[in-house]
Amino acid sequence: MIEVKNLFKSYGDKGVLSDINFSVVQGQSVAIVGKSGAGKSVLLKCLIGLVKPDEGTIYIDNKLINTMSFRQLQKIRSNIGMVFQFGALFDSMTVGENISLALHKLTKLSDDEIKERVFNSLKDVDMADTEDLMPSELSGGMKKRVGIARAIAAKPTYLFYDEPTTGLDPVMTDSINRLILKFQSTGKVTSVIITHEMRTVYDVANRVLLLHDGKIWFDGSPEEIKNVDDLVIQQFITGNSTLV
Amino acid sequence: MFRFLLYPFNLLIDSLEGVGRYVELMASMFRSLFSWHKNLSLIVDQMFHIGVLSIPIVILTSLFSGMVTSVQAAYQFESGFVPNWFVGSIVGESILMELAPMMTGLVMTGRIGATIAAEIGTMRVSEQIDALESLSFDPVSFLILPRVLAAAIMFPILIIIADCFGIIGGLFAAVNAMDVSHLEFIRGLRNWFRPWDAWFGLIKGLFFGIAITSIACYQGYYTTGGATGVGRATTATVVISCVAIVFLDYILAAILL
Repeated sequence: MIEVKNLFKSYGDKGVLSDINFSVVQGQSVAIVGKSGAGKSVLLKCLIGLVKPDEGTIYIDNKLINTMSFRQLQKIRSNIGMVFQFGALFDSMTVGENISLALHKLTKLSDDEIKERVFNSLKDVDMADTEDLMPSELSGGMKKRVGIARAIAAKPTYLFYDEPTTGLDPVMTDSINRLILKFQSTGKVTSVIITHEMRTVYDVANRVLLLHDGKIWFDGSPEEIKNVDDLVIQQFITGNSTLV
Repeated sequence: MFRFLLYPFNLLIDSLEGVGRYVELMASMFRSLFSWHKNLSLIVDQMFHIGVLSIPIVILTSLFSGMVTSVQAAYQFESGFVPNWFVGSIVGESILMELAPMMTGLVMTGRIGATIAAEIGTMRVSEQIDALESLSFDPVSFLILPRVLAAAIMFPILIIIADCFGIIGGLFAAVNAMDVSHLEFIRGLRNWFRPWDAWFGLIKGLFFGIAITSIACYQGYYTTGGATGVGRATTATVVISCVAIVFLDYILAAILL
């Protein structure tokens, strides 16, 4: 379970997050949406301890993560898979090495088991037989899928996605959405998805948080957000810039 | 007008902030020193990149440094008041104490410092460092420690190579530019040679290596602002490292001699 209480974060004079409160229960798939610069990625990085909040508390599995030492954070992070916006693959390593690096670090699997796990993770994201390719040889969509394979390889209970479908063509977007649903359907994974693509929200989330002006503007189901009579929300979901 | 007056103060505060962050980063690097064995393969890899691949450029620069020293010494000795074999002493002392470590340091700033800053800076702006952290890796012990440790091991070795080739270059030029035989050159070399002088050069190399790589890692680690930021970090690395080398050169001479 993830619990965020009274979270504040600012950079210099610019407030990014202001009094954020929400909790995510086990097995839930939560989409955090909002305009570019709304603080979505900062919030996600706060959740994994990559950014320290100015105020507030973040609990993951009842453990307060924002006062943890690096060692303690490492333990928590071993249970979280993070998918970065542009894949963030290590460009000096092959696809296979990108995935096995985490497995060597996080698991006690033998070399053969790691090889098998890498193969299966890549197969899960329809990228079988790409172990020996370098990230520079992959397209944007392929990089994102390898990023997902890396995140799921250690079988984490939390999966955090930072804009998994941004910049992809509709077919690739659908393919990534199906992948997220596939991991979600096991019932063992809790997902937090940062996106501004409403299609992804409707396809994969069972709860939506809309960030606006550094605050949570809306918290409800994807069905509810469609019917809310609020200009900010309507502007976001319809993409009509003249509404506000 | 008011902003113009505040500029020096802001610059001072930014510089102090930078020094503080550098010290903090180095402190966490030294804390991770005990886990060096976990990243042994990375250290060996960096030793190859920093050390072995730099040997040709170090040989080239030291060879010519020695030759230039010889030719310029010959020019000074034209008066005839100083015996010609003194050229061996001049070349030996200059190479061992100053030219080999200094030239190697400056060349390595361009070759290694800029590369490290660009590499780590690109990793920062493309979220690869965040990805490392999210995979439970400590980026300091994974990225910074291997580079600084490899430089601390390989720089003194490069200085030894630079010493040898600098003296060979000096000998070659002395024999060709002056009426000095090999034996006379070696006589001059041995006449003023003190083992401490060679050690002094190696100690300087060690400090230069640590300074160049740690400055490059720091600049890369705190890169912001995409490709422009990477360019800025690379330039800052070269400029600050060159200044640091000259500064350390004086400090070490004042302390150790």
